[in-house]
Amino acid sequence: MNVLQLAWDWLSDPAQWSGPDGIPVRLVEHLWYSGLALFFATLIALPLGLYIGHTGRGAFLAVNSMNAARALPTLGVVVLVVLIWGIGLLPVLVALVVLAIPPILVNTYAGIRTVEADLKDAAKGMGMTGRQVLLRVETPVALPLILLGMRTAAIQIVSTATIAAYVALGGLGRFIFDGLARRDYEMVVGGAVLVVLLAIGTQVLFALIQRMVVSPGLRRPVGEV
Amino acid sequence: MNTLAAAVADEELVRWDWIASHGDLFRELLGEHIYLAIVPVVWGLVIALPLGLACVHWPRIYPPVLATTSILYALPSIALFVILLDFTGLQPRTVIIPLTVYTLSVLVPNVVDGLRSVPDHVRQAATAMGFSGPRRLVQVDLPIAVPVIMAGLRVATVANISLVSVGALVGIGGLGELFTDGFQRDFMTPIFVGIVLIILLAVTADAILVFLQWLLTPWARARRSEG
Repeated sequence: MNVLQLAWDWLSDPAQWSGPDGIPVRLVEHLWYSGLALFFATLIALPLGLYIGHTGRGAFLAVNSMNAARALPTLGVVVLVVLIWGIGLLPVLVALVVLAIPPILVNTYAGIRTVEADLKDAAKGMGMTGRQVLLRVETPVALPLILLGMRTAAIQIVSTATIAAYVALGGLGRFIFDGLARRDYEMVVGGAVLVVLLAIGTQVLFALIQRMVVSPGLRRPVGEV
Repeated sequence: MNTLAAAVADEELVRWDWIASHGDLFRELLGEHIYLAIVPVVWGLVIALPLGLACVHWPRIYPPVLATTSILYALPSIALFVILLDFTGLQPRTVIIPLTVYTLSVLVPNVVDGLRSVPDHVRQAATAMGFSGPRRLVQVDLPIAVPVIMAGLRVATVANISLVSVGALVGIGGLGELFTDGFQRDFMTPIFVGIVLIILLAVTADAILVFLQWLLTPWARARRSEG
């Protein structure tokens, strides 16, 4: 039996599209966890990255600790936090935020750091204060890299939010884990395909955002997304 | 609060006696983990090198290849594990194939960027010195591309080491099995051990790659010691 056929059979069954454990409810849960995690991760990592990039303070420490954080096994972090704090949204959110901070911080820092010195000098020469240089020159120029970091983070969050279902929360992962438990392979594959589609959707969404908000003067030649 | 404090005191966070008595288990899982993480890196590199070379040689195929790899990069490993499970069963392949795809998607852009970073005058000088196409590639272009390729290799290796543990959810996860085991038994010690061992493994692997790069790029060392 073809996987796509299985997934299609399951997805096209109207029974999956309604009720408290239907696809729409699970999708909204998944998006809710993911959105919250991305919001908090950005709230923490973006200002830190801007600060470190602009001042150069703590760069060595930040970059190295972020590389180490990348090695953190998310599944381990999720189950550990759940065992310590109990089942709930907060533990899963903490793990997702921890996972998403490094790519945003590192890319923001690198983006700000690589803004050409001439550009900054020109801005200073025009009488801009340090803050104005950061917000009006460095940040817009670094935007493609910052968005790349946010996209990487968003994809990792969407993929990993699947694990929330393993610790008894909702989201699209429910289909995978319930399906595995009931040996309902159609459901497992259907859930997996939904997660894949959501991840690809996230990727496409960020590509569109990038096209909309990045200054046309900064567009790189094709092939260097 | 008192009951919580009592519960914590009652059940120690880390039971050292359990760790001491399970050395064999850790060794076995560690070996499995290393195998599951390294094989995809090797396969990914073996596929990414010729693919990257092709993209540099025929620039027209690069945009579609890049679009494909960026989609592949987005594929959640847990979804691929469960989809593959029915075909490949409870075997290392179920984890190795998705991680190879992931490694590949990280490496191809780096291989292309690395090869493109070879300055034109270096290429011309090599040709003028009589380096033929393939020989120039192996002795001039690839060595110059090493730092950029190595950066991708480090990211992919560290990510793989962390991602293997997700395989535990389908029963093949090396040290990740300590997480599912600990969670099911409500027992924190194996989870701590798993996290610590995975981070140590990632840090070690990263250090080995940095050392390898140091070996492969002697000119960078010379420059540094002069400066």
